[in-house]
Amino acid sequence: MIANQQLITVKGTREGLILKIDDHCAYQDVLNELKEKLSVNDLIEDDRLITVNLQLGNRYVTLEQKDELKEVVRKSQNLVVGKVESNVITKEEAAEWKRHAQVKPLVKVVRSGQVINVEGDMLLIGDVNPGGKIMASGNIFVMGSLRGIAHAGVDGDRHVVIAASFMQPTQLRIADAISRAPDQDAEGVYMECGYLEEGNDKILIDRLQEVIKKRPDISSFERRMFNG
Amino acid sequence: MGEAIVVTSGKGGVGKTTTTANIGTALALLGKKVCLIDTDIGLRNLDVVMGLENRIIFDLVDVVQERVKTRQALVPDKRFDCLQLLPAAQTSDKSEVTPEAMKRIVAELKQEFDYILIDCPAGIEQGYKNAVAGADKAIVVTNPEKSSVRDADRIIGLLEQEDIEPPKLIVNRIRHHMVESGDMLDVDEIVSVLSIDLLGVVADDDEVIKASNSGEPVALHPNTKSSLAYRNIARRILGESVPLLSFEEKKGLMTKVKKFFGMRP
Repeated sequence: MIANQQLITVKGTREGLILKIDDHCAYQDVLNELKEKLSVNDLIEDDRLITVNLQLGNRYVTLEQKDELKEVVRKSQNLVVGKVESNVITKEEAAEWKRHAQVKPLVKVVRSGQVINVEGDMLLIGDVNPGGKIMASGNIFVMGSLRGIAHAGVDGDRHVVIAASFMQPTQLRIADAISRAPDQDAEGVYMECGYLEEGNDKILIDRLQEVIKKRPDISSFERRMFNG
Repeated sequence: MGEAIVVTSGKGGVGKTTTTANIGTALALLGKKVCLIDTDIGLRNLDVVMGLENRIIFDLVDVVQERVKTRQALVPDKRFDCLQLLPAAQTSDKSEVTPEAMKRIVAELKQEFDYILIDCPAGIEQGYKNAVAGADKAIVVTNPEKSSVRDADRIIGLLEQEDIEPPKLIVNRIRHHMVESGDMLDVDEIVSVLSIDLLGVVADDDEVIKASNSGEPVALHPNTKSSLAYRNIARRILGESVPLLSFEEKKGLMTKVKKFFGMRP
């Protein structure tokens, strides 16, 4: 290894700085050079906050190492960490992604007192009766009547939707938002879909066709890979 | 080899005991050998509805604890030789009976009887587990009100986990005029929510209460609609296909004529 070769290339873009980190050298060297580079870096004179994205290439870092890198960046003034990107993940993480990205089909009537919890999207062929509850980390699609509770995005994904052939739920929950049926007897509606309004904690219900326009990426695998 | 049918509902007071007594009587009328088992230990009622209270000597708990043979505890009906009752104990607790003991007793009775009807206590605890343990089939009784349908749904969910056939539904105490005015859930609505097969519909009838109080199940006398409904249920259990009774009230000749000509009655 040649000592004076640059391990970290700094690139300025409109969004902020990109630090490209060589993926062939030892992690310790990277850490040292990062510390050195950022301490010398006096170029920034105004107080504007600058986002720094770290690109690790084909280097795998553990969660602790990732935090360590972030910490180093944060230490220098007016730098904030944006994304830490790596081309590599472990098999476990890959399996987890796959679980979260797949659609789990179920054929049954979810009755009062029953709770169904799946990872990824849920496709329920059957009804959810009052008192029954379905939960998914992704979207929920019910081919049948939804009369109980549906909770989509259990792990906090706010971009998910809850769709049902017949929608008359006691409660809809998306991530941490909850909406309940009105106190007076509400008639159910056919082919509707609930989603979270941008920048608002309210769950809206709209015709299925409208929601498809607002969430065109429902079915894409990449969406879940990068939100994952 | 007979079959054991548990009559259950989850909620109390929907008419499990009345239904058990009447289906049992109707099956006996059709010449089947029937044994009724009351599993509501501590709150027995089936013997009262059947009018057999004063004939009880031994009970289910005596059989479970093997103080007597199953045969000895059976109370024969005063009207039919082919109908017998295994009464519940009034002084013990539900924990005196175990699912294993129930399985054993029901298996023993199945050798001798065509049908064993098990009257289940309300709730989903020990008593329910005992009642369901020995059963091959289940009948869920519900009333046309939301709370009752909710509990029926819960019970159906629990029954699905048991090793028995999918349960059948009886909607009890329906009041035609209230359904028509939209104040009561109608049968179609209940069946669509619960999504199980309908075995029968029984109208709310003063005669049922009168009959229960006199210890003569209403199914004995064929002159009321509820009696016919119970008899039809018994025939459906035997595998006949019997259409549902219509609930239309008697109308005058003029309304019929008007209806015939397509006029508003």
